[in-house]
Amino acid sequence: MAEDLVNSYRTGPDEAGRFGTFGGRFVSETLMPLILELERQYVIARDDAGFWAEMDDLWTHYVGRPSPLYHAERLTAHFGGASIYMKRDELNHTGAHKINNVLGQIILARRMGKTRIIAETGAGQHGVATATVCAKFGLKCIVYMGAHDVERQAPNVFRMRLLGAEVVPVISGRGTLKDAMNDALRDWVTNVRDTFYCIGTVAGPHPYPAMVRDFQSVIGRETRAQMLAREGRLPDTLVAAIGGGSNAMGLFHPFLDDAGVRIIGVEAGGRGVDSRMQHCASLTGGRPGVLHGNRTYLLQDDEGQILEGYSISAGLDYPGVGPEHAWLHETGRAQYVAITDAEALEAFRLCCALEGIIPALEPAHALAHVAKIAPGLPRDHLIVMNMCGRGDKDIFTVARHLGIEVRA
Amino acid sequence: MTRIDATFARLAAEGRKAFVAYVMAGDPDAGTTLALMRGMPAAGVDVIELGHPFTDPMADGPTIQLAGQRALAGGQTMDRTLGLVRAFRERDATTPVVLMGYYNPIHARGVGRFLAEAKEAGIDGLIVVDLPPEEDDELCLPARAAGLAFIRLATPTTDNRRLPRVLQNTSGFVYYVSITGITGAAAARSAEVAPEVARIKAATALPVVVGFGITSPDSAEAIARVADGAVVGSAIVGRIGEGRAVADVLDFVQGLAAGAHRA
Repeated sequence: MAEDLVNSYRTGPDEAGRFGTFGGRFVSETLMPLILELERQYVIARDDAGFWAEMDDLWTHYVGRPSPLYHAERLTAHFGGASIYMKRDELNHTGAHKINNVLGQIILARRMGKTRIIAETGAGQHGVATATVCAKFGLKCIVYMGAHDVERQAPNVFRMRLLGAEVVPVISGRGTLKDAMNDALRDWVTNVRDTFYCIGTVAGPHPYPAMVRDFQSVIGRETRAQMLAREGRLPDTLVAAIGGGSNAMGLFHPFLDDAGVRIIGVEAGGRGVDSRMQHCASLTGGRPGVLHGNRTYLLQDDEGQILEGYSISAGLDYPGVGPEHAWLHETGRAQYVAITDAEALEAFRLCCALEGIIPALEPAHALAHVAKIAPGLPRDHLIVMNMCGRGDKDIFTVARHLGIEVRA
Repeated sequence: MTRIDATFARLAAEGRKAFVAYVMAGDPDAGTTLALMRGMPAAGVDVIELGHPFTDPMADGPTIQLAGQRALAGGQTMDRTLGLVRAFRERDATTPVVLMGYYNPIHARGVGRFLAEAKEAGIDGLIVVDLPPEEDDELCLPARAAGLAFIRLATPTTDNRRLPRVLQNTSGFVYYVSITGITGAAAARSAEVAPEVARIKAATALPVVVGFGITSPDSAEAIARVADGAVVGSAIVGRIGEGRAVADVLDFVQGLAAGAHRA
């Protein structure tokens, strides 16, 4: 870790919630006092050993952390180059990295005396994680989900309802993840006294990007310790999928000041990153703008109107990206690339066949990029890719793309 | 003296309250918006709030969301919104026009270019929902330097500790949001609004107008009675959405204005 904090990549955001020019607090006045109070309470919790002790206990006994760092030997042999490790966050309770963050926010909400939790969800993983933790603590939970996603993610809708959450199909706008976030913000602005908004990614107004990153950084801290124990040194390359970017930021952040560690974020290239906008690659195919409380790279037209992205993966289907990623992109500390649907599907099949792991389509994008770079790297080059979610939720989508009909 | 300041000074001298009406630019087309704007001063509108559409209007309820979608479906752009103001100014040199919307369409155009064009077109002030005082360097301070008023929203969650910061760089007037919530939702209650307006007026010399949840001549009157004016948006926009003729919408606006002016 760098001793020289002046040159550190890990000190952000500043007091205004900025990572360089990105981030900030672009919210209506009604919400401004709420996010200031949230920031105040988060800083108190963050510096309180008791808060982290409660987190650690639940991470261990409820989530199942630490997640393993697994050496994918057959994929390594198949690609014939770099040594490939997977951080197995798909083994967490609820099947993805999302619960790392949800636990932190819900414990904070309880400390703040909030009794009503709202969340947005796209594919449903963050919604399921939020509903799960709310059930455990007996909190009222309302999940906003695009009407289109409610239809195509029926199993997750049923899971959330089993867990006692109210799932509200969002018909405003085009009924997608960004519209679900809009409706969650509209709920929060209406129910300011008792409600806590549990955001699922490293986006939104300050302090959310920093707070969610801090909760997800358990991924990178464990990876660091596990790799040191296993190989006696740090990894050479980290690869993670990016929608909003929470699993990636969780893996990357503890390594940002290790100059020898190459960091690569993989965006959803959909049907290709070109002018047709049939992708969700905000960093590789968008430009800076302001949405949902922060300045970041967005998919938008010349008029500043937000465009709908497209990806085979509903979890990457967001027209923005966390502001810290935007900053890492501009500073060049991290590299961002895009992977198409077809490449992700091929990686998905390979992972099932060679490792006996059915990945979610999100980490399949990360693995597809590993497939591109690993063959050209030496055998002693250590790659860690974040297996941030399991593929149970995606088998129907994959089957459809393979031309097979599977009944739920 | 700016058109906004002159308007409130005249109203104060006459002992009257202001009536502020909102309309979405390009909903459902530019011709309708221009006809409404041109008819508004005669219907009793003192200040026109002209909305510019955004795909993600986080502070707005369904009525104004749909108006924005209609405008965008009709191809509304910032060029067209500025063009509407220019066309309005050809025949009206005194009625203030305040542009209301979200930051990204301005950000995309570039703040410097936007401010120069807005001033030239005859816009008098800006209300940008997602720019709190914490982000004043973005647009508020450049707008004031360019001679445009930056009208801030104060809300029920703006406590006394925070109020000075909210008022600090505000100009033109203060827009008090009567409820915690989105546009067009709950009804504003004058009994709850009165002490809040008094609290704000104790901290600023600017006029304080109240909006959100005003839907009828009676509620416009009740709210205007406890403030310097009343704003109506969703109730007007809803009638445009129903496809009412311009004359019908202006009749409704006239009734609201009469209510506010009775106060």
